[in-house]
Amino acid sequence: METGMPPCTENLSKTEESTTDSGSSRREFLSQSGKIAAGVGVAALLGNLGNYALSYAASGPPIKIGVLHSLSGTMAISEVSLRDVVLMAVEEINKAGGVMGREIQPVVVDPASNWDLFAEKAKQLLLQDKVSVVFGCWTSVSRKSVLPVFEKNNGLLFYPVQYEGEECSRNVFYTGAAVNQQAQPAVEYLMSPEGGSYKKFYLLGSDYVYPRTTNKILRAMLLAKGVPPANIAEEYTPFHHQDYQTICGKIKKFAAGGGAAVISTINGDSNVPFYKEFANQGLRAEDAPIMAFSVAEDELRGMDTTALVGHLAAWNYFQSVDTPQNKKFVANFKAYCKRNNLPDGENRVTDDPIEAAYFGVYVWKQAVEQAGSTEVDKVRRAVYNQKFLAPGGTIMMDCCNHHTHKPVLIGEILKDGQFKVIWRSKGLVKPEPWSEFTNPEKGCDWVNHQGTYQKK
Amino acid sequence: MKGWRCAAVVTLLMLVSAVTDPQQRLLFAEEVSSQPSETASASVAVLSIEQALLGIQSDDAAVRQASATFLIEKGDAGLIPKLDDIRAEGSRIVRQTIKPVVDLLKNKANLTNESPDFRRSAAADLALTGRVEAIPYLKEAADKEDVWWVRYTMEESWHLLELNSDDPAVRLEAVKKLGELRSLNSLSTLKELIEAGEQSEATEQQKELAAAGRAAVERIETWSMWAGVLETLFRGISLSSILLIMSLGLAIVFGLMGVINMAHGELMMIGAYATYVTQQAFIAWFSPDVFDWYFPAALPVAFLTAAAVGWVLEATVIRFLYGRLLETLLATWGISLILMQAARVYFGDLTAVIAPQALRGGAQVMVGVYLPYNRIFIIVLSIVCVVGVYYLLFRSNLGMRVRAVTQNRNMSACLGIPTRKVDSYTFAFASGLAGVAGWALTMVGNVDPGLGQNYIVDSFMVVVTGGVGKLAGTIWASLGIGGLNKVIEPFTGAVYGKVFILLGVILFLQWRPSGLFAAKGRSADA
Repeated sequence: METGMPPCTENLSKTEESTTDSGSSRREFLSQSGKIAAGVGVAALLGNLGNYALSYAASGPPIKIGVLHSLSGTMAISEVSLRDVVLMAVEEINKAGGVMGREIQPVVVDPASNWDLFAEKAKQLLLQDKVSVVFGCWTSVSRKSVLPVFEKNNGLLFYPVQYEGEECSRNVFYTGAAVNQQAQPAVEYLMSPEGGSYKKFYLLGSDYVYPRTTNKILRAMLLAKGVPPANIAEEYTPFHHQDYQTICGKIKKFAAGGGAAVISTINGDSNVPFYKEFANQGLRAEDAPIMAFSVAEDELRGMDTTALVGHLAAWNYFQSVDTPQNKKFVANFKAYCKRNNLPDGENRVTDDPIEAAYFGVYVWKQAVEQAGSTEVDKVRRAVYNQKFLAPGGTIMMDCCNHHTHKPVLIGEILKDGQFKVIWRSKGLVKPEPWSEFTNPEKGCDWVNHQGTYQKK
Repeated sequence: MKGWRCAAVVTLLMLVSAVTDPQQRLLFAEEVSSQPSETASASVAVLSIEQALLGIQSDDAAVRQASATFLIEKGDAGLIPKLDDIRAEGSRIVRQTIKPVVDLLKNKANLTNESPDFRRSAAADLALTGRVEAIPYLKEAADKEDVWWVRYTMEESWHLLELNSDDPAVRLEAVKKLGELRSLNSLSTLKELIEAGEQSEATEQQKELAAAGRAAVERIETWSMWAGVLETLFRGISLSSILLIMSLGLAIVFGLMGVINMAHGELMMIGAYATYVTQQAFIAWFSPDVFDWYFPAALPVAFLTAAAVGWVLEATVIRFLYGRLLETLLATWGISLILMQAARVYFGDLTAVIAPQALRGGAQVMVGVYLPYNRIFIIVLSIVCVVGVYYLLFRSNLGMRVRAVTQNRNMSACLGIPTRKVDSYTFAFASGLAGVAGWALTMVGNVDPGLGQNYIVDSFMVVVTGGVGKLAGTIWASLGIGGLNKVIEPFTGAVYGKVFILLGVILFLQWRPSGLFAAKGRSADA
């Protein structure tokens, strides 16, 4: 190297001489700059470390949380919004100083609408990433799939979607509605004079666990309230069903003479052909209103709403709820989506599961701060009775059954895809994971009992 | 019921006399509300309506009802905003009293609306209110009505309301008339009447009514059964037409060219998205008056877009795979996944096409048979497409070449037919047909990335059952599968309906492996 270099160095130093006055050789220049760079690097590293050490000393390492929502596949349409809102809540909390002064660090994984992958990703979050809590799942089948993982590894899952109940896990907090917080009050409303005194009910759903269990409970309830079996019809269609001619014809016959309502648990892309066919066969919301439990603002976004106007939906929250904290929440969510260049940006809407996912993060934060620890057992005890001023109004976690006390709202679909609230429950409705109509002998209590127990 | 009516009449009399006697009027006004009547100097008619508006907020149920009755008789649609204001502020009881008043006044006003749909809805709603006060409006409106279906609804409604009448003769007449009208809406009420007549303590009148009711119910039920048969037939044809229009393109690609094109559904999806994009363009650039024209304008757009994509597909992938069935299957399946995900990324999952006014709603062809326009449209379209394809394949030069290449490629090439060109034109044309199917399907279903997936299996089923390579087979198979599906579904429900159809197809193919019509295509030669 030494022998071969001089001419080259001379050449270079000549050129360097023409540009700089220092006259230093290239090698020196290189080694010098290298040293400087290394020095800067080491200094930066040390500084970083110091910083880190300082922050560690002040408040501890960041708290890892898991976000387990499908970002691809069929469920992505619904679940992506939940990831967005969870990350927004995390950003808000971090900006306000974190949890116990510690930063929250979200670990986002994509189970890709694949139920087996849900369990795998949950395991990865709990064992590999060692997250303190997981926010995730939408469909009941995905929740059932991760349940054994959370129970075996004593993890903590916040589940934000309305569901069919009949579950009482020690490792899950359900921030969505149980059947008695959505379906039951909705049907009771339809039966009341204010709701129209409907006497005949057509229970229509997609063919899977949520509609079947919900309709089982509703049927038991209707029978208990004295509705004759002839006035209850029950029907299921496969997923992605497109041809609703026969069913709408049946509904038309069923509704002749008035006093009939349709209770719809149809899920996903079957809703559009159903509502279109319903309107095209000359059925109106006045003849037979459709009360839906799976149609929210996020699904109505971009849908042709002309066929849906005047029909009803029951939820615990609507974007149109008129509270100051909700206005702020909606504006923040839109701004967040725009700022982060998420699809549709400002045109995004909020709905019930989005709100439930959002306040779930805050409930967990409050519980951690109250417990002074992120340890699952301590946090769990602190979650009980936790209250939070959610966008839709104050909610409260139950003392014992891991579900949430929420208000129940019924909304009428408007032309712009929003809901006009036409009825609201008085105060919060206590969640009942085991329905009094189908499982009157069972209860759920993790404080005085060991989970599901037999009532005497 | 009767007691209430008496009380209402008495209070109404009180109210009327209160209006005529100033002394009493003052007393009444004080009783109704502590507010002083500001319009005391106004004319008598206005005053009474004002008073009724106050009375309806009273704590006394009798006063409320009397006011409500008064408003129903004397009020008009102009009062609705005022009543809505009261309703917004009123207690639950007040809201419940006001609701029927508002409904009745609204419907009364709508009976003379310009749109027949509104008039019919109003008449149907009036029947549901159960208030006999509405009968004269309905009779009056029916006299002037010239749309038969609206007049029918009005007649039906007033007879339904007459069932609430106090006069047994009127009730009996109404029951008979409803039977003549074949009124499906009266079935539940008539059945109640029959039940009442069967009870041991039933009066002579009730028994007479029940007998008339039984005759009427029988008449209505026979009629509705036949109407049901007609409607089922129509639904069968409608589903068949959808199956047919989806399978036509596939019948050409799979049947004539011997390519298993799994991306055929995605070509439909492209047609649907082309329609959506055309709609968005109309929204962005044209005035709302011509908005409905986006739909016809989208037809060539959908056809050409899908055809272009098909042409590119053929030129880049499929031409290298002719005669290798399994490989075309895998390659086109991969392409279908790519197209689907591309649509999801670009358009997202939330898009919709707004149906033009002309394709919304339906036509009442007879009592109990209602045919949606969008379905009629698709039936007509599929017939047009079949005729078009028939002429193209069997009456045109290109069609002759296509058939020649199908039967013997080498011989055709020797005779100077440019087989490469024929291949790519045929494939592009079949893809264009898929685009047209997608265009039509936006009227009944979704526009989403999974659109093709929902239909591809059914299309293959039709083509295979019909016999690969035969146009007539495709037509008969779609009629058979669509028709059978709709015949089975009312009895078994949608889920098992589908299961039985699949079982039926499997068994049928066991019996005739080459489908309804035997194949004479390139694949058969091989």
